[in-house]
Amino acid sequence: MSAPTLERPAPDEAALLEQFDATLAADHRIEPRDWMPEGYRKTLIRQVAQHAHSEIIGMQPEGDWLLAAPSLRRKSVLLAKVQDEAGHGMYLYSAAETLGADRADLTDKLVEQKQKYSSIFNYPTLSYADVGVIGWLVDGAAICNQVPLCRSSYGPYARAMIRICKEESFHQRQGYELLMTMMRGTDEQRAMVQDAVDRWWWPTLMMFGPPDEHSPNTAQSMAWGIKRHTNDELRQKFVDMSVPQAEVLGVTFPDPELEFDPETGHYRFGKLDWEEFKRVVGGQGPMNAIRLARRRAARDDNAWVTEAATAYARKHEGAVA
Amino acid sequence: MHEETVYEALSNAHDDEGHWAFGTGFDEPLAGVDTTVPDGIDPADLGAYCLMLGDDALVLAQRLTQWITNAPELEEEVAIGNIGLDLLGQARLLLARAGSVGVLGRSRDLATDSIPDEDALAYFRDADEFRSTALVEAPNGDFARTMLRLLAAATVRLAVFARLRDSRDPVLAAIAAKGVKELTYHRDHAARWVLRLGDGTEESHRRAQDGVAAVWPLLADLFTATDVETRLAAAGVAVDPAGVRDEVRDVLTQVLQRATLSVPEWPAETGPRGRLGEHGPELTELLDTLQGLARQHPAATW
Ligand SMILES: [Fe+2]
Ligand SMILES: [Fe+2]
Repeated sequence: MSAPTLERPAPDEAALLEQFDATLAADHRIEPRDWMPEGYRKTLIRQVAQHAHSEIIGMQPEGDWLLAAPSLRRKSVLLAKVQDEAGHGMYLYSAAETLGADRADLTDKLVEQKQKYSSIFNYPTLSYADVGVIGWLVDGAAICNQVPLCRSSYGPYARAMIRICKEESFHQRQGYELLMTMMRGTDEQRAMVQDAVDRWWWPTLMMFGPPDEHSPNTAQSMAWGIKRHTNDELRQKFVDMSVPQAEVLGVTFPDPELEFDPETGHYRFGKLDWEEFKRVVGGQGPMNAIRLARRRAARDDNAWVTEAATAYARKHEGAVA
Repeated sequence: MHEETVYEALSNAHDDEGHWAFGTGFDEPLAGVDTTVPDGIDPADLGAYCLMLGDDALVLAQRLTQWITNAPELEEEVAIGNIGLDLLGQARLLLARAGSVGVLGRSRDLATDSIPDEDALAYFRDADEFRSTALVEAPNGDFARTMLRLLAAATVRLAVFARLRDSRDPVLAAIAAKGVKELTYHRDHAARWVLRLGDGTEESHRRAQDGVAAVWPLLADLFTATDVETRLAAAGVAVDPAGVRDEVRDVLTQVLQRATLSVPEWPAETGPRGRLGEHGPELTELLDTLQGLARQHPAATW
C-alpha cells in the first residue's frame, strides 16, 4: 500500500464514490489500491473467502478415493485434480488478502463456522462413479457459476477466476471421460454411474443458490458487478447444457418433470427441495461435521509445523529456506 | 475469455474423443517406446529389478497421498501432490517395463486382459510378491517423521537413479534420467523441512529428532545387494546398492548437522528383506486399501 500524499487534501467520499461508480459503469476493473465502498469490500471478502473455502473443503469428497483409485492412471488424474483445488484455494485466499483479509483468519472463520462453503461438499462419495459425477456435474456447475466471474469488477478476483476456469474445464472433462469409460464397462459399473447421477443431480442444481425471489443480495451484487447473472438464469443454463450430455452418456436424471419446452427453447424441470438446502447449508448435511473436523485437525495438529517455519525464518532472516 | 464460447466449448467437448484433460501425460507410460531387451541381459532379472524400484515408488506415493487434505499448509498440499505424482509416474513406467519383459507372476492371471500390465502388477500382487523396502512402507507418523523418511528415501533413490542413467537397458536409463530431476526436487523439499523443523522451535526439534530415531533403523536392509542386483550390476544394468551407501550417509549427515540434529549411529546391516518379499503387516494394510476396489471388480475397466 502506498502512503497517502500529505500535500493534497483527501477528496471527500462523495467524489470517491462517483469515481468508483464511473469505473463500474465503464466496465473497468477495481484494483486493490482503488478506493471502494466498505459494503463492496466486505461483500467481496465474504464471496471470495466462501469460494476459497469451497475449493479447500472440496478436496475432501474426492480425496477420500485417492488411496483406493482403481488404476494408477486414475489415481494420477485424481491426485492432479485434488492438487489443483488446493491451488485454486491459494489463488483465492491471495485475492482476499488484497482486500485486507488474512488467510489464517479466514481459515479460523471457516473452522468456527462463521463463514460458509458450498453445501455440495457435505454429501458423501459412496462409489468411484462419484468421482466422475463430481467432475462432470459439480465442476460443470462450478464452471457455469464461475465463467461470468472472470468479468468480476474486482481485478484480482477476475484474474484468479480466469486461471481457475481453465483448470475446471479439465476437471469436468476427466470426470466425463471416467463416466464414459465406466458406461462401456460392466453392468455393475453402469449401475454405479446411474446411482451416482441420481444422488448428485439435485444437490448440484442447488449449487446455483436460492431462487431469485429469495436471493436478497443479488440486485446489489449485480449493480456492483461482482455477480453477472441471477441464480435461476445460471441454473437454467446448466440444465440445458447437461441434458444432452446425459443422453450421450446413457444416463437419466431423477426428475420426471424434466422436459424440453419448444416454446422457450429451454428444459423445464421439477421443484428443488429448498428445505433440504437450508438444512445442509445450516450444518445439518450428512458430512458437515466430518469435513470441518478434518480441516480443523489439519490446522491444529500441524500448528507446530507452521510455528517452526516461522521461528526458523526469524532465526535465519534473509536466508532462503 | 468470452463467456458464450466457453459454454459452447463445454457442450462440444464430449465427442468421446481424445480431448484428454491433462494432455497425454497420464496415458500408457511406455507408449511408442522400443522395449526390446539388449543382448546379454536376463529379462527375468531386469523385470525383478524394475519391480524393486517401481514398488518403492508406488508405496511411497501411497504414503504421501495420505497427507492430502491433512497437510500443514496449502503450499504443502501442492508440494506433496507434486512429489506423489512424480513417484506415481516413476512407478507406472517401472511396472510397465517389468510387464514388457514378461515379469507378471500370478497377477496376469488374476487381472482381466484389458487391464494394463502396470495395473495388473500394482493391484493383483499380494504383499509377499512386492519388492519394496521398509523405509517406504513404514507409516507416516507426524510431519517431521514423514519429511525425514522422504529425505532418506529420496537421497537413496537419487543416488541410485543418478548411476542408472548409464544403464545398459536404454528404457531404464531413460526412466532414470527423467527421475533424477524429480528426485532432486524431492530431496531438496524434504531437506528444507528438516532444517526448519530441526532448527525451529523446541517442539519441532524434539519431533524431528524422534523422526530420525524412527527412520534410521529403516536403512538397515537397503545397502546389501540381492543376487538379482549383483548379476545386473555386473552386466552394467543395475546399481549395486553397497556403492551408494557412503554418498547417502554423507548427505544425510550433512543435512542433520545443519539442522542441529544429532546423527545416530549407522544401523547394522541386515541383508535384504523387502527386496526378497519379507514385509511387516503395514504393507498388507496399505495394499488392502490400494487394491480393494480394483479387486472387487476384476472384470471392470476404469
Ligand atoms: Fe476448483
Ligand atoms: Fe475443480
